[in-house]
Amino acid sequence: MAQKLIVSPSPHVHSGDTIQKNMYNVLIALIPAFLVALYVFRLEAFIITACAVLFCVGFEYLIVKYILKKTPSVTDGSAIITGVLLAFNVPSNLPLWILAIGCLFAIGVVKLSFGGLGNNIFNPAIAGRIFLLISFPAQMTTWPVAATAVDAVSSATVLGNLQYNPDALPSLQAMFLGIEGGSLGEMSALALLLGLVYMLWKKTITWHIPVSILATVALFTGILYLFNPQPLYHPLIHLFSGGLMLGAIFMATDYVTSPMTKKGMLIYGAGIGIITVAIRLWGAYPEGVSFAILLMNALTPLINTYSSPKRFGEIVKNG
Amino acid sequence: MLKTFRIGGIHPKEQKISAGIAIQPIALPDQVIIPLSQHIGAPCQPVVKKGDTVKVGTLIGKAVGFVSANIHSSVSGTVLKIDKALDASGYRRDAVFIKVEGDEWEETIDRSTALKKECTLTSEEILQKISKAGIVGMGGATFPTQVKLTPPPGSKPEILIINGVECEPWLTSDHQLMMEKADEILVGITIVMKALNVQKAVIGIENNKKDAIRLFTEKVKEYPRIAVQPLKVQYPQGGEKQLIDAITGRQVASGALPISVGAVVQNVGTLFAIYEAVQKNKPLIERVVTVTGKEVKQPCNVLSRVGISMNDLINLAGGIPETTGKVVSGGPMMGKALASTEIPVTKGTSGILLIPTLEAKRKAMKDCIRCAKCISVCPMGLNPTLLMNLTEFEVWDKAENNYITDCIECGSCSYTCPADRPLLDYIRLGKGKVNGIIRARKN
Repeated sequence: MAQKLIVSPSPHVHSGDTIQKNMYNVLIALIPAFLVALYVFRLEAFIITACAVLFCVGFEYLIVKYILKKTPSVTDGSAIITGVLLAFNVPSNLPLWILAIGCLFAIGVVKLSFGGLGNNIFNPAIAGRIFLLISFPAQMTTWPVAATAVDAVSSATVLGNLQYNPDALPSLQAMFLGIEGGSLGEMSALALLLGLVYMLWKKTITWHIPVSILATVALFTGILYLFNPQPLYHPLIHLFSGGLMLGAIFMATDYVTSPMTKKGMLIYGAGIGIITVAIRLWGAYPEGVSFAILLMNALTPLINTYSSPKRFGEIVKNG
Repeated sequence: MLKTFRIGGIHPKEQKISAGIAIQPIALPDQVIIPLSQHIGAPCQPVVKKGDTVKVGTLIGKAVGFVSANIHSSVSGTVLKIDKALDASGYRRDAVFIKVEGDEWEETIDRSTALKKECTLTSEEILQKISKAGIVGMGGATFPTQVKLTPPPGSKPEILIINGVECEPWLTSDHQLMMEKADEILVGITIVMKALNVQKAVIGIENNKKDAIRLFTEKVKEYPRIAVQPLKVQYPQGGEKQLIDAITGRQVASGALPISVGAVVQNVGTLFAIYEAVQKNKPLIERVVTVTGKEVKQPCNVLSRVGISMNDLINLAGGIPETTGKVVSGGPMMGKALASTEIPVTKGTSGILLIPTLEAKRKAMKDCIRCAKCISVCPMGLNPTLLMNLTEFEVWDKAENNYITDCIECGSCSYTCPADRPLLDYIRLGKGKVNGIIRARKN
């Protein structure tokens, strides 16, 4: 044996899991929703998504290389996810220059100025979306009607109608399958749920965050609906409309900005559910998922501090 | 029904390529090096000097203090010197060098292979014999067995748990021993039950050793107080606390001993050694060692005397492959990487694993993405990434409050981390530091 032996502490084997694998699993899970977006919005969906990915990856590469002067690691897939998620959160007819600003904000300010992947406090895509919503409220809330629907140029979203025009609501079935107006990736609850199943199967995420968000929303609106059975309070409408599914499954579950213990995840999910419903019902905006996630992102370090994992030895006897 | 422990755990590739390969002997070398520290606790005091002749089984190192174990010569011959020698810990420590001449055993040792079932000794006599024979835990921890079998005053053992789990990937020495020495192990169990005065014993075997489960299930029909419990394959099930949880459903509290839930755990290899010590007067001078690895030509299970160079064992397995980058004493999860193959086999050597360079190198560490996978696999319910950070920034009080001393160093966190972070390296450092602080506070 010619070479010297490597001496390092145990363990001497690794699972082979990588950051890339996890990120690409999220991207695979987003495929069904992307296909629905393509079906509903055709070429526009493709252009917006492709551009958002290009902008995010490009900005990350340029900023890391020329401003931070480090080796760019855009292949880890996280910038691609930010691009796709940001694209999924905007109307398909959003001007591309506005999209570029959103991507620059998400990557440059929200992600890289905090130290890049792993160190950001807020989910870049969520923060980017809210930045655009506040800066360009008109463009961000002018919804094209689905290419699959009949002659119209723009329409309100389900949640927009819920507050101001309850008669114009689509059927629950249409909402579940995804033919109502709205942002790119919010279309089909079914497609998003397929993504959830895939991520659970691949153990990319656990059920705690999405289930606690959806259950809290259903419970909260359900109680209100019992007392006041109007469409405004219908739990299923709330579950299947707006960005709830997209947010609960793909945005709130972002590793970096969500709590790390099971207990913490449940608290975080319940918080997002409550804030979402409160904003939807009593706030100035028709949609509240992104604000809810952003607020709970801010609380994540606190939740992490106060929710330790269940230690061995705490269960003394068999339950 | 398959049982398992309830918190965390991983399932690495099992890689038990040496399973089912009969235990083979190894020729005696010209010289053996027997370290005087082969156990947890105080090193032995040498009782031989240069020029002394010894036989197989002659006491050469005497236990010093309560937590210590006698060491016997594994060969017959002449003592060359007592000098420092590199051992698996990486340190040069005192060892007895013996020139091998013939193979003459102490007359007191019964070398017949006949099974001897009856044991009329009292509990104290059994413990004395175990203590004299220098038996230590052979699962890897090498804790002196007589200490473990002497429960602290006021505690009453209720159940003896036998560790036939062998949850480390690659290793098969316990498995093969169970297949070949089942009767002896069962007698060993009855002896320990007598020593502890317990009425119940359960043998835990992971479900990847179905032949051993079948064999023992058949054999225990003769022993109404002994049961076999098949276990779901999950690492680190061989951990004492995990195994007790899996079998009894009771969890030993932080800082407490297994006896606090009435359990005593012994490895199958230890039980075989106890059988030989009590029934055959044979001290612990040899053990089964698995020699294996991806590119090893003839993976095998070797019955090796203590003190034989690992190099000889590797040669028996077809020599060291050209591509080898790392040699591990023990399994891949908790074994120690060796600086050289010229290291003697000791009482705790369960295996020698040869890892190709390509797989031996670690990847560069990335920033933590807070995926929390380390938390979900930690069998002690700790927060490894937090403990790593606390160690990095030397926040010892918080590390203590987050139970860093509970860590069993199983390595599941480092194994799982997608960002290749060396979580256990840091936690091990922090644990040592915090333990030191706790000791200083007590004094």
